[in-house]
Order: sequence, then structure tokens, then C-alpha cells
Amino acid sequence: MSIGHDAFTFVRELVRAESAIVLEPGKEYLVESRLVPLARQSGHASVDAFVADLATRRNPSTLRLVVEALTTNETSWFRDTDPFTTLRQSVFPALAKTRSKREIRVWAAACSSGQEPYSILMTAQDTPELSGWKVDMLATDLSQEMLDRARKGEYSQLEVNRGLPATTLVRHFERAGLAWRISPALTSQVQFRELNLVRPFPPLGKFDVVFLRNVLIYFDLATKRDILRRVRQVMAPDGHLFLGAAEMTMGVDDAWERVPAGRSSVYRIREEQRTCVP
Amino acid sequence: MRALIVDDSRAMRRIVGRILVDAGFEILEAGDGQEALDVLAAHDGDLPVLACVDWNMPVMDGLTFITEVRKRAAWRAITLMMVTTESEQDRIVRALAAGAHEYLIKPFTGDALVEKLDLLGLTPTTVGDLV
Ligand SMILES: C[S@@+](CC[C@H](N)C(=O)[O-])C[C@H]1O[C@@H](n2cnc3c(N)ncnc32)[C@H](O)[C@@H]1O
Repeated sequence: MSIGHDAFTFVRELVRAESAIVLEPGKEYLVESRLVPLARQSGHASVDAFVADLATRRNPSTLRLVVEALTTNETSWFRDTDPFTTLRQSVFPALAKTRSKREIRVWAAACSSGQEPYSILMTAQDTPELSGWKVDMLATDLSQEMLDRARKGEYSQLEVNRGLPATTLVRHFERAGLAWRISPALTSQVQFRELNLVRPFPPLGKFDVVFLRNVLIYFDLATKRDILRRVRQVMAPDGHLFLGAAEMTMGVDDAWERVPAGRSSVYRIREEQRTCVP
Repeated sequence: MRALIVDDSRAMRRIVGRILVDAGFEILEAGDGQEALDVLAAHDGDLPVLACVDWNMPVMDGLTFITEVRKRAAWRAITLMMVTTESEQDRIVRALAAGAHEYLIKPFTGDALVEKLDLLGLTPTTVGDLV
């Protein structure tokens, strides 16, 4: 059975308004399959009945669960490898030369279950130039469920098999029953916080490095442009922005320029744009 | 590019073999550590670049095999990956100390194996970049 037109339209508009995620017509099956568990939990016989009920009652916590259920949280350790090599080989050493406070600030802006911010911290620890430095790491996401997982720092065997070198596993994790728990030395370095990228950012200060990876792909052009513009406002003038392998600033927000660094999608604010950030 | 699969389970050798063939490898197989040493000795001029090694096997186990391989300078270039159901932390530590470069815990997905190859610089694209 497939979700009805009205239910699909309601969910699509809700998700669009709350997260900017665009669910094109044709994604009915995705919506249906993601909402079946929620419909069951709340005792509804079908997704249509569940959505109809939600549309009349508009219970905020259920609305939120629906939005979260439609996010895609796929992630992995050292995803795509290249960005982390670039951090270790060029971005971090350059920061170590130019920052006098022995502290750098990093923001993982759609951190999902935490693999990304933890991979960044492990990379910092593997960068000799940063030894003795403090990495102030903020990790944010829209999804409470993902943030809870990230804070807890426990990962299944299947998850640690994905992209994590064995030496890194034994160095930074401990066995916790069937799962693996990331070391408190790392979890305590990250501040996890809920942040919806489509809403105005709370005061965040300036970041030396921002990871905004594999999230812009879900948004329409105007939303991408707006987010990239607001990210400029929280970047140190010489800060580096990392996007996903399939994402770019070109034609979206041309105040950014690509930094030649391997295959990575790394960007910085163009020199002439640095002083006049709106 | 050759890879040696050392596992006493023929089914497991076939599963790993299929993934490695897709990744561009030619496959050599052995059912235990001793047989694997013999295979390496027989291919001295044309060694595999990678060995995927099970831990628990009759005759000679994977840890002993890895230790033996690491003793020979001529075999230094072989990348060794333990592929096993043994998932205790101290096992991983022991395998790495013996000279394993990577450790993959069974069961795993094809993607996970390919990602390990990536980490080791052994995927077709990464190897291609070096040439
Ligand atoms: C595919 S994951 C990417 C995770 C990680 N950055 C990576 O590259 O592996 C996308 C994440 O974006 C989050 N997300 C989606 N819409 C968002 C929004 N409007 N604000 C903040 N996070 C959002 C989702 O909850 C999800 O965790």
C-alpha cells in the first residue's frame, strides 16, 4: 500500500518548512517506509491514518519525529578520506602557524551520529603541528535522535567496520558489550547541540574550519545560497569550509573560492569578500 | 595485482574472492597458514600485494602466519589484513603488534572490505593514482 496524495503533500510541506529538505513527487515510497514505524508505535493502522491524525492534532513532538524520520543520516568514519588528509597535511599545519592562542575552533554543522566530528578530532591528534593545542569542537544537527547517539559515542561492530583504521579503533575506542565506545577523552572535547541550518544561527563566534558535508544536497538553490552566506558570517577570514564530494559553491554563492587541495571540496572566502561580509 | 585469501572455509574464500575480483585483483587461495606460506614461496617472483587472513585455522593459524610473513624481508611489501570473527580488543591489538596492517571483523559488507582497501591504498583508483 502506498501513501495517499494528501498525506504525502502534508508531510512534504511539513518537512520542507521545518528542515528545508525537498521531497520531490516520486518520493512517496520513501515517506511511506520511513513513517511506518511511527504509525505503528502510535497505534495507527496505516501511514495515511497516522498523518491525518497528525494534521488535525499537530502535536509538536510528533511533528518533530516525522521531520527527523525523513532526514538521511548516512555517514561514516573519515568519510571520503581526502578531506581528512587535507586537514592533516595542509589546513591544520597552516592554522598552527597563524594562530597565536594554540586553540582552533571547528564546527561540524550536520554531524549526524558523530562520526564526522570524532574523525576531525582524531585527525587533529594525528597532526604533529597541533600537539598541545586545544580543539574547540561544536557539532550540531537537526535530529535529536542523532545528537543523542553522537553524545553517547557508542557504535556497533558494523559501524566501526566502516572506514575506521584498526589502529585508530584500538587507540580511541573501548569494547562495551557488543558495541564500541569512543574514549571519554574525545567525547568530552565535543559540544553537541541542536541547530537547524535553515533558521538564523544563534551566536556562534568564528570558526577556523567548518564541515558542512552531505547536507546541502537535500536543499533547493535558494536555501543553499542562504546557508552558505550565513556560514560566511561565522568563518574566520582565512577559515576553510569543507563540503561533500558532490557539493560546490560555484553558481550558488560565489563569494567562496575553491582551494586547490587534492580531490577535496575545500573552500575559503575570496580575499575581496573578506572585509565586507554582510 | 594479486591477493591471497587464507581461510579454512571455502565459502568464505569465495565471498572475499568475489569482492576482491570486482576490485581488480587476481586471486590466490590457501586453506591454512602453512599452505599460505607455501603459496608465497611458490610465487616469489610475483608476490601478492595483499593477504586477507582468517585467525582460526587448522595446522597454522592466522596470527602465526602473519608473524612468519613479517620475519622475511622479501615479503615486506605484502599488506596483511586479518579477516576474522574474533572481535575482542586485545585480539586486534595482538594482530597489529604481530604486523597486520588492518583488521576486519566478520560479518562485514562488501563496502566495508572495499573501504579497508581504500585505507590501505589498494583500491583501483588509489593504485591508479600512483602509476
Ligand atoms: C547524510 S548526513 C551527513 C552527515 C555528515 N556530515 C557526513 O557527511 O557524513 C545529513 C545530516 O544532515 C542533517 N540535517 C538535515 N537537514 C538539516 C537541517 N535543516 N539542519 C541541520 N541538520 C540537518 C540530518 O539530520 C543528517 O544527520
